[in-house]
Amino acid sequence: MPQRRSFTLASHASALQHHFENIEQQKDASTIGMWVFLVTEVMFFGGMFLAYFVYRQAYPAAFASASNKTNLYIGAANTTVLICSSLTMALAVHAAAMGKKNLIVLFLILTLLLGGTFLGVKAYEYHDKWVHHEVPGRNFDCEGCTDAAHTPLFFALYFGMTGLHATHMIVGAGIIIFLIMKARKGVFNAAYHTPVELFGLYWHFVDIIWIFLFPLLYLIDRSGAVK
Amino acid sequence: MITAAPPVTPKKNYINATEGLKSWLLTVDHKRIGILYLLGVTFFFALGGLFAALIRLELATPAGDLVESNTYNKFFTMHGIIMVFLFLIPSIPAVLGNFLIPLMIGAKDVAFPRINLLSWYIYMTSGLFVLTSLFMGGVDTGWTFYTPFSSSYSNGYVVATGLGIFISGFSSILTGLNFIVTIHRMRAPGLTWFRLPLFVWAHYATSMIQILGTPVIAVTLLLLVLERGFHIGFFDPAYGGDPVLFQHMFWFYSHPAVYIMILPSMGVVTEIITTFSSKKPFGYTFIAFSSVAIAVFGFIVWGHHLFVSSQSVYAGMVFSILSYVVAIPSAIKVFNWTSTMYKGSVRVTTPMLYALGFIGLFTIGGLTGLFLACLGVDVHLTDTYFVIAHFHYVMVGGAIMGFLGGIHYWWPKIFGKMYNEGWSKLSAVVVFIGFNLTFFPQFLLGYMGMPRRYHVYPPEFQVLNVLSSAGASILGLGYLLPFCYLIWSLKYGPDAPPNPWGATTLEWTTSSPPPTENFEVTPVITQEAYTYAPEEVVHVG
Amino acid sequence: MASHSSPSHDASQPDHGQHHVVPKIVYFGVFLALIVLTWVTTFVSEVDLGRWNIFVALAIAITKASLVVLFFMHVWYSTRLTKMIVLSSIFWLFLLLFITMADIWTRGWMGVPGR
Repeated sequence: MPQRRSFTLASHASALQHHFENIEQQKDASTIGMWVFLVTEVMFFGGMFLAYFVYRQAYPAAFASASNKTNLYIGAANTTVLICSSLTMALAVHAAAMGKKNLIVLFLILTLLLGGTFLGVKAYEYHDKWVHHEVPGRNFDCEGCTDAAHTPLFFALYFGMTGLHATHMIVGAGIIIFLIMKARKGVFNAAYHTPVELFGLYWHFVDIIWIFLFPLLYLIDRSGAVK
Repeated sequence: MITAAPPVTPKKNYINATEGLKSWLLTVDHKRIGILYLLGVTFFFALGGLFAALIRLELATPAGDLVESNTYNKFFTMHGIIMVFLFLIPSIPAVLGNFLIPLMIGAKDVAFPRINLLSWYIYMTSGLFVLTSLFMGGVDTGWTFYTPFSSSYSNGYVVATGLGIFISGFSSILTGLNFIVTIHRMRAPGLTWFRLPLFVWAHYATSMIQILGTPVIAVTLLLLVLERGFHIGFFDPAYGGDPVLFQHMFWFYSHPAVYIMILPSMGVVTEIITTFSSKKPFGYTFIAFSSVAIAVFGFIVWGHHLFVSSQSVYAGMVFSILSYVVAIPSAIKVFNWTSTMYKGSVRVTTPMLYALGFIGLFTIGGLTGLFLACLGVDVHLTDTYFVIAHFHYVMVGGAIMGFLGGIHYWWPKIFGKMYNEGWSKLSAVVVFIGFNLTFFPQFLLGYMGMPRRYHVYPPEFQVLNVLSSAGASILGLGYLLPFCYLIWSLKYGPDAPPNPWGATTLEWTTSSPPPTENFEVTPVITQEAYTYAPEEVVHVG
Repeated sequence: MASHSSPSHDASQPDHGQHHVVPKIVYFGVFLALIVLTWVTTFVSEVDLGRWNIFVALAIAITKASLVVLFFMHVWYSTRLTKMIVLSSIFWLFLLLFITMADIWTRGWMGVPGR
């Protein structure tokens, strides 16, 4: 049974914007606003998922052999890192709802570090692909790949989708830094922590995108059955 | 009518509340942002119109004697891009929607005023991108950017223009987001969903489309830019890419986009017809739900743009049937409007002229859409002037007439001035005549086989083309006239009373122009919408 | 429970879903499930299930995503409006994916050359 917290509104009148009647309306409106924004993100990534769907079913062998060029365990480990960052973000929101300033800062910093780790690993993977001529373009060469002529489509989607995802994470990292600065100043407390909550929604969404990208990009035909 | 005393523009209103350019460029007042958008869309309308004039000038003669074909390609491309993305999509929502929705629901502003201002800056930035690409040499792919021409072979500035449109999409998304949250959470006490003005319902449906559709064209253009820049091959047949995939992704947005353009206009028309019939709209619920139905169904018909693209025949059949279905809610509205006028006390003012013109022209445009939705007929009519005439009937005869009607209807509220009724009625008639002379011949041309996007044509088509070009001149004059007398009215027009038309929606209960905070006290709604006894609206502190 | 005095705000009354604080145990439970499922999907992918591999992988991904949406993003505790928004985004994504695929999957069915 979720706990209920009581809190006073009076001390935070300054956070209330002039066009809202009360802080609850403001918070409610902001939350709906963030969810509507996330809908646009679903459709935005959705376009790339469509391209993936179309081309994977058109060239299954190419996609399978190209997918096997990714490192399965690095991908799984990185997925784990991102899930940890979602946990720390949820705990940051929890700490904010409890008004525990130091915990908010701690969990935000942990989220940032975990997110940074994820991006670092991705950078390593990108470099690795570049070195092995797996970046579509002039030097592309998918060594030992079945149906190699169509493998650039897989890698185009790999870089396109993970690149878009990484861009969202970099933006998110920037916002976390901003939130950390605010949290250290004591701006967030039980009565007012909407920015932390709303950012949490964004961060979890970015995690969800990766939850789908991992199997779609890393786990195609790992048993070697498709020839 | 509310006031009996001579109307006086109130001392303090949103226009004179603060002075200076900075107070406008950094405003968070939705009314001022609406004005900023009005300036922006007017500029781009003029620019798009300039390209239209160049097109019609070239087409006055059968030979390609004004410009060469590459240049002509750029004319119709820039005309389409500017008119669709920089004029039609933002026009009514960002100008009239921004100004009126908070007023109509009794709120002080939209939910996110700063995001509202941001959306205007994003819009102007996107316009800057498009203008830059234009000055560098423009783009020649058609506004539809079909691959592989746009991705591999075009020599135009596809990346710059594509990025410009990508950016403009965010402006549209933010406007839609703001409206959805505002309508859900900022309504005045007592203002239930079914007491909302139908203008608000229309914008809610429009906002749904903006949220769900725009991101798809954003990602499509992003992929196009990546392909063109990095030769990545999403749509390139050399790597196994499918150019028809581009068309699917492009039209998944661009078809619902036409409903972004028409739904707000329908909302305007509903308000105008109701007011000038002094009668509540016939079938309020049908009008409200048909708006949402158009928004939803509009998302499942896009394949009718792909009938000749090698899309599967089965898919074509399904899209064809659905395209007939999507016409039904629009037809329902036409019945609602005419039934509203029946036994109403009809006053033929300028806004009413535009609204009446809308009904006739939109009906023609909509019905000709059904010609095109028929698979067999479309094989002959697609990519001909029939299509061009069809979409100009709905977008110009429909959407732009609605926009002009709305500007004339709410001008007294927005600027606190009345314009000259004689000149305004004359312009409406000039627009109507010019429009029909421009575009009706194009139905005939298309039926006879004249293809679109060609600047040469067989000599037997010249008479109709000349008629069309002549009509375009008259239409241009019709658009120029409001520009003159409306601006003139700002300085010399008589002051407007709060409710010159005897309308019943909330924006007419505040002064003309409204004060910055919209209402002295938040209204409380105690009766159904469109009750023709406005003095019964209660104001509670 | 926060209260506001004015009775006239019922038209736009916000729901009180957001005031609940989810207990940490729920977060840790979901976290554990997510980690387990991640490694399950990794190891299952190396087993040859024929055409079922993709379905299993997607089923696991959907389960993980649902856990994140419902508990990390609080949708389990949220208003009906929020739930509607989430469901409609999934529905629209499906429209995009499956109607486009309906073209691709039915190409060649009618025996018309090139379609």
